[in-house]
Amino acid sequence: MTNIKPNSSSHKSDPNRRQVLAGSAAVAAIGAFGLPVGAQTTAAPAASGAFASLGVPHVRRDGAEKARGGAKFAAEYSYPGMVYGALVYSTIARGTITSLETAEAEAAPGVVLVMTHENAPRLERPEPFYSSPTGMAGSSTPVMQDAEVLWNGQPVAVVLASTQEEADHAATLINVAYEEADAVTSFDVAAESAQTSFYAGRDLLIEEGDAEAALADAEVSVDLSFNTPAHNHNQIEPHAVTVLWKDGILRMHDCSQGVDLSAITIAKVFGISSAEVHLSAEYVGGGFGGKTVWQYHILAAAASQLADRPVRMSLTREGVFRICGARAPTRQRVALGSDRKGRLTSLIHTGTTMKIENNSMTEPFFEQSEHMYRADNMHLEIRAGTMDMLANTFMRAPGAATGTFTLEVALDELAERLAIDPIELRVRNEPDVNPTTGREHSQRASVDAYREGARRFGWVPRSGQRQGYREGEWQVGTGMAAAYYPYKRFPGGAARITLDREGGALIETAAADMGMGTTTATAAVASERLGIPYDAIEVRHGDNTLPGALIAAASQQTAAIGASLTAAHEVLLAELASLVPATSPLHGLPAAELGTAEGALYSLADPHQRIPLIDLVAWSESGTVSAEGQGGPISEWTQDWSMHSTGAVFTEVRVNSVTGEIRVPHITAIYDCGKILNSKLAESQFRGGIIMALGMTLMEGASFDERNGRVMNPSFGSYYMPTHLDVPHIDVGWTDIPDPQAPTGARGIGEIGMSGPAAAISNAIYDATGKRARDLPIRLDALM
Amino acid sequence: MNPLTYEKATSSTDALERHDGDAAKFLGAGTNLVDLMREGIATPTRLIDVTGLAQSIEEQSDGGLRIGAGVSNTAVAEDATVRAQYPALSRAILAGASAQIRNMATVGGNILQRTRCSYFYDVAGSRCNKRSPGEGCDAIGGFNRAHGILGVSDSCIATHPSDMAVALSLYDAVINVESDEGTRSIPINDFYVLPEDTPDIENQLNPGELIVSVDLPAPSANRRATYRKVRDRASYAFALVSVAGSLIIKDGLVVDAGISLGGVAPKPWRAIEAEAAIVGSPPTEETFRNAAQIALADATTQPGNVFKTELAQRVIVAVLQDLAGDAQ
Ligand SMILES: Cc1cc2nc3c(=O)[nH]c(=O)nc-3n(C[C@H](O)[C@H](O)[C@H](O)COP(=O)(O)OP(=O)(O)OC[C@H]3O[C@@H](n4cnc5c(N)ncnc54)[C@H](O)[C@@H]3O)c2cc1C
Repeated sequence: MTNIKPNSSSHKSDPNRRQVLAGSAAVAAIGAFGLPVGAQTTAAPAASGAFASLGVPHVRRDGAEKARGGAKFAAEYSYPGMVYGALVYSTIARGTITSLETAEAEAAPGVVLVMTHENAPRLERPEPFYSSPTGMAGSSTPVMQDAEVLWNGQPVAVVLASTQEEADHAATLINVAYEEADAVTSFDVAAESAQTSFYAGRDLLIEEGDAEAALADAEVSVDLSFNTPAHNHNQIEPHAVTVLWKDGILRMHDCSQGVDLSAITIAKVFGISSAEVHLSAEYVGGGFGGKTVWQYHILAAAASQLADRPVRMSLTREGVFRICGARAPTRQRVALGSDRKGRLTSLIHTGTTMKIENNSMTEPFFEQSEHMYRADNMHLEIRAGTMDMLANTFMRAPGAATGTFTLEVALDELAERLAIDPIELRVRNEPDVNPTTGREHSQRASVDAYREGARRFGWVPRSGQRQGYREGEWQVGTGMAAAYYPYKRFPGGAARITLDREGGALIETAAADMGMGTTTATAAVASERLGIPYDAIEVRHGDNTLPGALIAAASQQTAAIGASLTAAHEVLLAELASLVPATSPLHGLPAAELGTAEGALYSLADPHQRIPLIDLVAWSESGTVSAEGQGGPISEWTQDWSMHSTGAVFTEVRVNSVTGEIRVPHITAIYDCGKILNSKLAESQFRGGIIMALGMTLMEGASFDERNGRVMNPSFGSYYMPTHLDVPHIDVGWTDIPDPQAPTGARGIGEIGMSGPAAAISNAIYDATGKRARDLPIRLDALM
Repeated sequence: MNPLTYEKATSSTDALERHDGDAAKFLGAGTNLVDLMREGIATPTRLIDVTGLAQSIEEQSDGGLRIGAGVSNTAVAEDATVRAQYPALSRAILAGASAQIRNMATVGGNILQRTRCSYFYDVAGSRCNKRSPGEGCDAIGGFNRAHGILGVSDSCIATHPSDMAVALSLYDAVINVESDEGTRSIPINDFYVLPEDTPDIENQLNPGELIVSVDLPAPSANRRATYRKVRDRASYAFALVSVAGSLIIKDGLVVDAGISLGGVAPKPWRAIEAEAAIVGSPPTEETFRNAAQIALADATTQPGNVFKTELAQRVIVAVLQDLAGDAQ
């Protein structure tokens, strides 16, 4: 019997300790974790006192405005003469529209326009991700250009009216008749013709040695299959756009995760230049991979053009379910073979997922299996079938969210067969270098995360025996799993730094803040780089007229902004050097021998030689000094290093022996994500990811009716996510060791929280009940 | 939502006068009706707000309690007499919806709330005999985890979603209604009708009839009662299975037993035969197991809700064992 007391101190986070971890230089963190000195990495740029911004838990810059209701979202802009849009969605999965009766709707009160494929302007197909460097659309399906229906839920008519209510009502008056064609809406059927797929420019197939033979010969093995359903995007802010065509400019207030790429993609659809699209998204109410380009943008802009009126198109929750993309369903096989000591001899992670015809996104669920453990033989392969359904798309931690679930449950099962503690099994298979590429890790302290997590959670090591116990009706157990997310950095980052006369700086970058604190983190990074106090830094973002073409995706935006600021800072130093008067000892020094700190330009060789920035600005002709820089090459990720974040998640689970109800009273998670730039933002990102993962594990899933390809739970009333009562105290921590290869030492924190909890919960369920749960969501009937 | 008018009734007579045909509808807090209107399932053009009426909870001379139809769900759950004498009712209400919805929702509206079947809700894309009689039922063969296993028919497997009504059924509540023709009282256990081949007809209320109050009979001495709800998350979800149960035990034998089930049928499901099987027996697990089997003997399941038969039996046994334990 274990004796995990829910309130024991090891379960509780220790705020003092976290302060130390978050607020100090890497050395303190390393000390706390007892790491060998060799693991210490190059120190971040010097900063002290008021200038130390990185690692300081600044409150979110957008927080107060949001709490006050002052933050303006896409659906809150209005223009004189603006009309409101409503959509009619198809009710068949594939076929042809044979008739559209719109007369009644056109005659309804307030209606300004009914647009269908019969009168919509001629438009190019949108460019989906990976079809071009700027493709930002979820699919290339033509937008209301013909009578073809390609999924159940496709928009078939747009109504514009003077009020939202009038538009909604008129939309119900439109009658659509179809001729149905054979549709593929069954996973089984589509799986029969599934092909080995590709993702982000590479085949989803890795073979090293003969994994099947090694599995057959293994002293100990497991061979398991798993199912995960489709997950629909459900940001708190349903997708919306406000559109105005004026003076040759298409003005869009959007909720985009990448304003530049959205603008370029939409411009191409309308056959105009991207300079003719001004798209901004200052506040975005959650993105998670789903705030990209979907049909609603294009329909709103097209209808606005046709009606010659500004348009607000604000999707209903059902609308988001019908047109804004979903995480694809998967069926996965994980087979592991090992020797008696637990060294992996075979790692097989294969399976099938689904995609649509008109995109090239395949859910990459084997990624963590490439990088987490060493194994003598490997076979990793993802096959994709094609279904007539809503576009599959990115959702927080694509691949890793479900892939870590399956891999980490399999490890737990193997550990049990081997009678080895699950942590120990992972430690024994910790790779020295990347297991598939052979590259060196830029920084990796997974084992420290396991050990620290175990300590804080109060993990009781086990060797093949369940530790679960019973408390009345409740069966209590504990489980752990590793977490994983890759480091990425996309090209296109750029930033402009403008110094003003008062000693402050303006940072401009076309980055997105979907609520994760981009502006806050950017101000901190800029403060550190420039040596200008945090509060004197203003950040403008979320507008495609600003420098850069960033996308907030793959947890890489902060790194990309960091790289851009570094580049802009270099240009700035040159600008400042040119302003140094001849009388100064700094005169003639090249930019490379200069730095900025504590509000001054100084000589790197002799830091006492310095000139206040305000003086330099005053001496400039324009009274401001401005510099722009591009993010530079991204070789660190593409070529040289193995860069990945890892972590360890521990959970306690209670399963009711009468009803099978599952409760998760405690979660502890420790992450190794490089340097943590702001502990407040980081905690919130980790916790948010964990909560989302809790939902994925226990309740989330699209009810995709395979008879007609229709999602049957397009509402919060029937698509369950965790309520407050479902969410326990979540103790999070981090190693806080800077990654010397990442621009700010940080690798990204937005998605890793999605990876790990599902397996940790499933493993704890086993510990509690002796039942293995390998299909998501894990609901009470599986455990009765 | 279609264009409509809104007016507020000042008395039950006033409400009845204003109700001038099928296009009119009484409006409680609107937490269900307005949703149904937004979805195009209900299309009244005249709304008569009755929330101002019948706002009191009064003890009756026979020891019972009369709850006005306009009383909020929260007010019922928090009422001292309800909590002391009808604890299963208080618990059932508190197990439902959210605090915000309970603060708004009325007793009349709760009784008349409609099913949460997702095919019923999908006006544009799914067939539903309850919504459009004769059209067919897409819930059969589709997603039916939330659907019924008792009292269902080939034309409809929807459940009545109320928690409160399950407890009212346990306590043999009586619904008092008024119409132009006068007043009548209908026991809640006769109020709802089974779908058979007319699932659009859900209860005995005639069009234009107004619920004015609900009577709870005088509490029985020594009766213990409770409510247990099982759902897919900890809060804010409809019941997969719920059980309102009660026992009176005397000299080691059960002298009175009540079992009403929620989440499994088109109405709060009183398990009369199971109750009868307990009375006169000792309050043992075996007695309760036997009764639970009787209660579910006629279950007809769908692939998505097979588990409900076993789940309902387990919860019945657990609830009765709890009550028996408390009594000893
Ligand atoms: C998100 C959500 C979750 C919920 N979860 C639960 C749950 O877990 N358990 C549960 O039991 N319920 C739940 N509910 C349902 C809730 O209990 C009902 O919506 C509520 O009780 C209805 O009361 P109302 O006053 O708002 O009725 P209304 O919506 O106003 O009316 C409902 C119906 O009753 C009629 N009506 C109202 N008053 C009278 C009267 N005096 N005489 C005649 N007809 C009348 C109306 O015409 C209408 O047809 C939930 C609702 C929502 C929206």
